[in-house]
Amino acid sequence: MGLTLADAIAPPDGSGHECQWTLNFGPQHPATHTTLRLVLNLDGEVILKATPDIGFLHSGFEKLGEHLDFNQYVTIVDRMNYVSPVANEIAWHHSVETLLDIKLTPRCQMIRVIFAELMRIHDHLLACGAAALDLGAFTAFLYAFNQRELINDINEWATGQRFHPSYTRVGGLQRDVDDDWIGRVRSFLKGFPAAHADICRLLNRNRIFIDRCKGIGVLTREEAINRSATGPVARASGVVRDLRKNRPYLAYEAIDFDVVCSQDGDCLARYLVRMEEMLESHKIIAWAIENLPSGPVNSNVDDRMVLPNQLSVYRSIEGLIHHFELNMTNRKWQPPVDEVYASTESPNGELGFYIVSNGAPEAWRARTRPPSFIHFSLFPHLAEGHTVSDVAAILGSLNIIAAELDR
Amino acid sequence: MSTPEAYTPPESHAAIVALAKSVAGCDSLIVSGFRDNVRLEVPPAASLEALRKLRSHAGLDLLVDLSAADYLNYPNAVHRYGIWYVLESVETGIRLVVKTWADDPDPRVDSVFDVWRGADWMEREVFDLFGIVFEGHPDLRRILMPDEFSSHPLRKDYPLRGDGERHNFHALSREES
Amino acid sequence: MAEGGIPVAIEREPRDGFIVAKLDELASWCRKNSLWPMPFATACCGIELMATGASKHDIARFGAEAFRFSPRQCDLLIVAGRVVMKMLPVMQRIWLQMPEPKWCISMGACASSGGVFDTYAVVQGIDRFLPVDVYVPGCPPRPEQLLQAVMDLQDKVARTGTILGREFQGRESPEGPRSLRGELDPSRQIVAPGNFRSSTRAWSLPTVAGRPGA
Ligand code: SF4
Repeated sequence: MGLTLADAIAPPDGSGHECQWTLNFGPQHPATHTTLRLVLNLDGEVILKATPDIGFLHSGFEKLGEHLDFNQYVTIVDRMNYVSPVANEIAWHHSVETLLDIKLTPRCQMIRVIFAELMRIHDHLLACGAAALDLGAFTAFLYAFNQRELINDINEWATGQRFHPSYTRVGGLQRDVDDDWIGRVRSFLKGFPAAHADICRLLNRNRIFIDRCKGIGVLTREEAINRSATGPVARASGVVRDLRKNRPYLAYEAIDFDVVCSQDGDCLARYLVRMEEMLESHKIIAWAIENLPSGPVNSNVDDRMVLPNQLSVYRSIEGLIHHFELNMTNRKWQPPVDEVYASTESPNGELGFYIVSNGAPEAWRARTRPPSFIHFSLFPHLAEGHTVSDVAAILGSLNIIAAELDR
Repeated sequence: MSTPEAYTPPESHAAIVALAKSVAGCDSLIVSGFRDNVRLEVPPAASLEALRKLRSHAGLDLLVDLSAADYLNYPNAVHRYGIWYVLESVETGIRLVVKTWADDPDPRVDSVFDVWRGADWMEREVFDLFGIVFEGHPDLRRILMPDEFSSHPLRKDYPLRGDGERHNFHALSREES
Repeated sequence: MAEGGIPVAIEREPRDGFIVAKLDELASWCRKNSLWPMPFATACCGIELMATGASKHDIARFGAEAFRFSPRQCDLLIVAGRVVMKMLPVMQRIWLQMPEPKWCISMGACASSGGVFDTYAVVQGIDRFLPVDVYVPGCPPRPEQLLQAVMDLQDKVARTGTILGREFQGRESPEGPRSLRGELDPSRQIVAPGNFRSSTRAWSLPTVAGRPGA
């Protein structure tokens, strides 16, 4: 596509690509949101070739995973996709629980579902808000951030941290939620559709926004599969794949919701899929909060896999011993010497962990399957033939989170 | 690892396992499984052929994950590096883990770049962090670490805190700035 | 309004367009109320930095909302998030590109000390390689904390600022702890390889290893 244009404006003396030039984009550039670098080979304004350069936030997450135990590492996975932190924790502990073969209690499953969906809204709000911000629509970003603040408050109420709450534990949760928390979720649910509609009104029929997104960065279904795309990016290209439906985990089997797909595969489709998914998440949370089972949040304590609650640690010798055993460096868990891959549908795509265990309470290898990393490798393919100004639109629609990209 | 004899793959995977066994060099591949994962261990010489066939004939068209681990001093490990490919079929949702291996001093396996374009960066990442060379990859460069970096940080003999590379910078003072 | 370093004479009614003030104080007063931050947001703390700019916390109340993404226009570097090996040369270059007078806020545990990431790739505190004025603890710090840091910095500018930047001259070396090489096993100390160039520039500044007595 770009080459034809290049031919059209080639200098008449036949010296070829004299008007080609190279533009360095990033690593510190507002449209990259975080830290990534692009080297663009340009012909005028048309991108002939884009070469991403990443690793500007490589902090050794996976190496740390080999040195911290299953509960400690949750503080680190939190920081991986910092736009939807609890979703990472759920994914990590989903893998650990698969390794240790722990069954969660119904209440724990449902609370995790609520958090996972809140995080989906959290993530998509940022993705859509920031994508709009990059294309010049500042107000939508402010609306989105207002809702995000509410979710942060919900987080804070349950866990004590706005984000990075380190909320899940092997086989359970750090603590149970209370009625006030349920009330907060309910009031968020009440206000959210209006805010969502506001953002839609600002963007969905906005000529500038649509012109800058429609037909930009088209990903076909074949390419999406070939290049391992997952999550909203793949669904916007017509790949009907959602792990919540395909390989149900937690309580998703019992919940009724739709998988949002589109066939266009362009930036607009990805934006619209995200916007629609927020409404589906809203539906899931609304159902889950009304059907929250009672009962304990931690699974059977006698299995010696789950930390006992505070009362039993303080009031009974068994609880104390048990707590001690799970925290002593030479005790803890004794997982089977084997390896397992398990994944969840995080807001950004399939987030999986491949855990190799040597029988120690720390993973031998804690491999993350990072959706952002794989989606960013699509970028050169998507950007070719478009203009420099489309880079912001494409990056915004892929929702690259640098810490997950580089780990 | 669970003993291979004791394991029979579930019904859904029987055809795939038979298909993989039909690839030259894979007749004695080891089938194992754990929880819901079904694993095939194929020798590195035949891995590319097996994977190509699994994609084209068994419909495992999505490369979900590709990575490696360093099994230095791992209980009962025979080879130093293990490389895994997690495959899935978008249509049927069947998932399969294919494993192969590599050894020092010159760890190499064939690149699956031609089979899945998605393998591009994942292979570069494994090369960067483990130093495993993927033969046939058109652009095998470091991806996460700086080009001048000389170690492979996820190898087990590399310390968590590194060899002091992180302190190897010039310190700017107020005067200079 | 007398505290905060506002030039005394402004409080009296300025008659006939005259202000009597010390030049230093007047300059500091101007500077402190129009800090232009350069958001060097690398990781999670950057999200809180964005939240600080959004409506609920609204950094504009403190005269520091003019985020500029070009270092040439900024006088306050906010390092929000961890800085790793590949990023440090970039950050130093941004710092060098900012015009004087300039200040630096190190936001979050990672930027200040490496935080939870005591690994091979993460710089254990940017103050080892860059002068820092205000540290903000927290992981991530709450937006309120960042606002407090901005206010503290305004205070500092008002108290110590001079029009010619004399307050910077006395500080010849980075204020942070010195090189961490001592923590390494002696057999490994010399091993540290390579000059890590920024991939955006072909040459590099001399490294710690290359300096005598470092
Ligand atoms: S201090 Fe915490 S929140 Fe901030 S960048 Fe570091 S890990 Fe992220």
